[in-house]
Amino acid sequence: MSALFSPFISKPDTVSAIMLRVLLALLPGIALYVWHFGPAILVSIALASLTALGTEALMLRLRNRPVRHFLGDNSALLTGWLLALSIPPLAPWWLVVVGTAFAIAIAKHLYGGLGNNPFNPAMIGYAVLIISFPAQMTHWLTPHGLGPVELGLLDQLKYMFVGALPPNVTLDAVTMATPLDTLKTRLHLDEPVGQILEMPIYGRLAGHGSEMVSLGFLLGGLYLLAARIITWHVPVAFLGTLFAAAGIFHLADPTHYAAPLFHWFSGAAMLGAFFILTDPVTGPTTNKGKLIFAAGAGLLTYLIRAFGSFPDGMAFATLLMNICVPLIVLYTQPPVFGKKAKASGKGKGQP
Amino acid sequence: MRTLYQFHGGIHPPGNKEQSTQSGIARAPLPSRLVIPFRQHAGEAAKPIVRVGDRVLKGQLIGMPVGFISSAVHASTSGTITAIGAQPIAHPSGLPDLCATLIPDGREEWIPHAAPSTSLRTGFDYRNSDPAELRRQLRMSGVVGLGGAVFPSDIKLRPGNRKIDTLILNGAECEPYITCDDMLMRERAAEIVQGAEMLRFMLEAGEVLIGIEDNKPQAIAAMRQAVADNGFSFEVVAVPTIYPGGSAKQLIRVLTGLEVPSGKLPTDIGVQCFNVATAYSAYRALAHGEPVLSRIVTITGNVRRAQNFEVLLGTPVRDLVALGEALPDTDRYLMGGPMMGLPLPLQHGGAEPSGAGGAAGQLLPQAAGFASNVSQLPPTDIPLVKASNCIIAASGRLFPPAPPALPCIRCMRCAEACPADLQPMDLFWFSQSKEFDKAQQFSLFDCIECGACSYVCPSHIPLVQYFQFAKSEIRAREHDQQAADHARERHEFREYRFEREKQEKAEKLAAREQAAKQAQPAASANPADAMQQKIQAAIARAREQAAASQPKNTDHLTAQQQAEIAEIEARRAHIHELAKSADEAPDNHSEGRSQ
Ligand code: SF4
Ligand code: SF4
Repeated sequence: MSALFSPFISKPDTVSAIMLRVLLALLPGIALYVWHFGPAILVSIALASLTALGTEALMLRLRNRPVRHFLGDNSALLTGWLLALSIPPLAPWWLVVVGTAFAIAIAKHLYGGLGNNPFNPAMIGYAVLIISFPAQMTHWLTPHGLGPVELGLLDQLKYMFVGALPPNVTLDAVTMATPLDTLKTRLHLDEPVGQILEMPIYGRLAGHGSEMVSLGFLLGGLYLLAARIITWHVPVAFLGTLFAAAGIFHLADPTHYAAPLFHWFSGAAMLGAFFILTDPVTGPTTNKGKLIFAAGAGLLTYLIRAFGSFPDGMAFATLLMNICVPLIVLYTQPPVFGKKAKASGKGKGQP
Repeated sequence: MRTLYQFHGGIHPPGNKEQSTQSGIARAPLPSRLVIPFRQHAGEAAKPIVRVGDRVLKGQLIGMPVGFISSAVHASTSGTITAIGAQPIAHPSGLPDLCATLIPDGREEWIPHAAPSTSLRTGFDYRNSDPAELRRQLRMSGVVGLGGAVFPSDIKLRPGNRKIDTLILNGAECEPYITCDDMLMRERAAEIVQGAEMLRFMLEAGEVLIGIEDNKPQAIAAMRQAVADNGFSFEVVAVPTIYPGGSAKQLIRVLTGLEVPSGKLPTDIGVQCFNVATAYSAYRALAHGEPVLSRIVTITGNVRRAQNFEVLLGTPVRDLVALGEALPDTDRYLMGGPMMGLPLPLQHGGAEPSGAGGAAGQLLPQAAGFASNVSQLPPTDIPLVKASNCIIAASGRLFPPAPPALPCIRCMRCAEACPADLQPMDLFWFSQSKEFDKAQQFSLFDCIECGACSYVCPSHIPLVQYFQFAKSEIRAREHDQQAADHARERHEFREYRFEREKQEKAEKLAAREQAAKQAQPAASANPADAMQQKIQAAIARAREQAAASQPKNTDHLTAQQQAEIAEIEARRAHIHELAKSADEAPDNHSEGRSQ
């Protein structure tokens, strides 16, 4: 049977295909993650995926929604992946499960499900974990080549599921604080930035290994831009503001404040700029609004990193800006055709 | 070269125009039966002036324009009127309308082109004519906008309070599949440009711009040639192919950089816009005294032989479909393009509606629910009218139904596509939650229902349907208020007329009777009538906006017809939610919703 009403044709674009391409865009970053930190992250992602799909199906059934129809939209998978990428890969299995289940069940479905949740579910999951389980959230894997010992996949699995490390290996031997965290602690000890960044855990721009992962996310983000899945507004405004804020402080006092590029390639900045803040559901719908939203997030991220008590500011900056979205949208409505103060002549010369 | 401008948004759906442009315009054979609606234009239905059993000639006036916004209706060929009554027509409401059934005698016998009964004169020199007289000719020739909005052309040519700088001829034809204007421009360019010159003369317009999308190189070349041959200084402009670039306001923007202010008409910024086919029929009417009896219609889609046919008005869709040889898996016909077209109601059992609208009752449930469980599709009897530019045979293969909708993910794709700079996802939200005042506040009525938002939505939300629903709800709510206003207007008008008639009685007693009989509102020129026209115009405009719930003109009908119409009105009240007609749209004064 043919379509019932106009328009009878539509673009072959679906939510599921869009989300799938976002997932694909995460692959370069994930590949570099595995390269530098081992396969534990893949296990986290698999756990997060299973939990996300299971929780989504359960919630859809409880809410009497067609499970199969919604489950195929890939949005739950994306939430799970983003959360898995935001938390330490070598963590007990229940950490990622609890975070993902909370993100899907509470942050997404209790607020009305796909399209209705005001807060980014993955970031809610992260916030809940970092507040409830701060200890588990600080054990980040040491990149290859830096630690005294390295764990193979089996050892990593063993730790994640039964909490046992190989004999004679302490957790501290295979994990470390994040580069952002290390910088913050050492600055408190009055070491100058230049000296801190001499430490082996730092690479060319930021953390050794993690800077490459950020680069991978940047690559994926550029693909999203090219595929027109996201617009330039959010990444440009976010990275621009982060750069400007870090730049001002760095210029004023380079011994106490790291350079802008360090901030770009540290923590979740790249992931946030292209994959988290660009979440359409929880961001503003106007282009001007996106600029304000992302600039606000960039500034907050910097302030939390430089002056707050948490190592990274991405999650809290996102959530704080999520709160402002309705207001931002209200004040950035573009003028309607024929209601512009003056018809602006967007002239386009014809050859 | 002219600097072109852009409008925000727009989409690039596949054109699918090659299929129907392989061969030229063919003349459709004379049908065995014509059903001619008395309302093929925006505004008041024409008043029938023939009776059942009358023999009529080709071109004979059968429907007299009534009221300010109205147009004449003619017999498309010679033959006998066998019925006058409600018949199914193509209308979003699915409601029947008053039609004349004409059985052709096959002789195609014309009226003398200067027959006094129609006041049509042949080939006069328009440059030495009074523009008011020319407008009357157009009105009596049934010339209306053929781009889809079918607004009477004479009204659009009336002098306003602002000088017209630019006359735009709309040959953009941006909807996919439709090629009737393209073929008309390729084959009859000379007549179109001469018609354009007549329109320019009546408007006293400065420049004439002919906008044609650059996917029609042959039409552009033909029109350029015709302009040069006639020594006119019109400019034929190739505009970028983008949907809905043929919508009047968007085309004006592209060509002039001007934006028609919200709620205003193009004339308010010194621009008037006509479809190319309208210019063609204006030429035929003024130069040859020919009323509008036929139009070019594209038959395409799921057919063996996609082509353009010159079709007599009133020809059943089934005849055209037969010419195009619709394929067996066709399950629906669309009138218009795939973006804004209307699905035609299907008739179960293929029963011929009797002249008195017997089929109307069984038509309604289908129109309301678009139910279609027929395995074999009976051809539809709906007549082709002045608004019918295209019939598309649809099948599940050609137009697969959209997957079930998902919630809005606020991805903004709809806002990026919207040519009216709206935020469709917000309008959707307000329409869905029935917050109609919010929807209005967010400029719901600036939506031109182009469907670009629905086209791009990855959640496959039928956004336009929501907007049409919201608009009709708001109109229905405003109706009570308007009804009160109308009553007051009518009362004032009656008082005014009473006064005037008293004066007339005293002053020209002898002429009174004749004057009262002949004073057709828009067709007379004395100053008192000018006043009357203004009042009528105001009433007509208000009535247009509330047409869904406004009774039609039911004067001079038989008791039986009146009863039928009363019955229809009762049903109309029931389903007015669905009555979202193109000619009630607030921007109906501008021609060519989509063309
Ligand atoms: S295109 Fe569809 S899903 Fe996207 S914002 Fe518009 S209505 Fe929502
Ligand atoms: S249908 Fe209305 S809201 Fe949708 S794109 Fe067209 S003008 Fe915009």
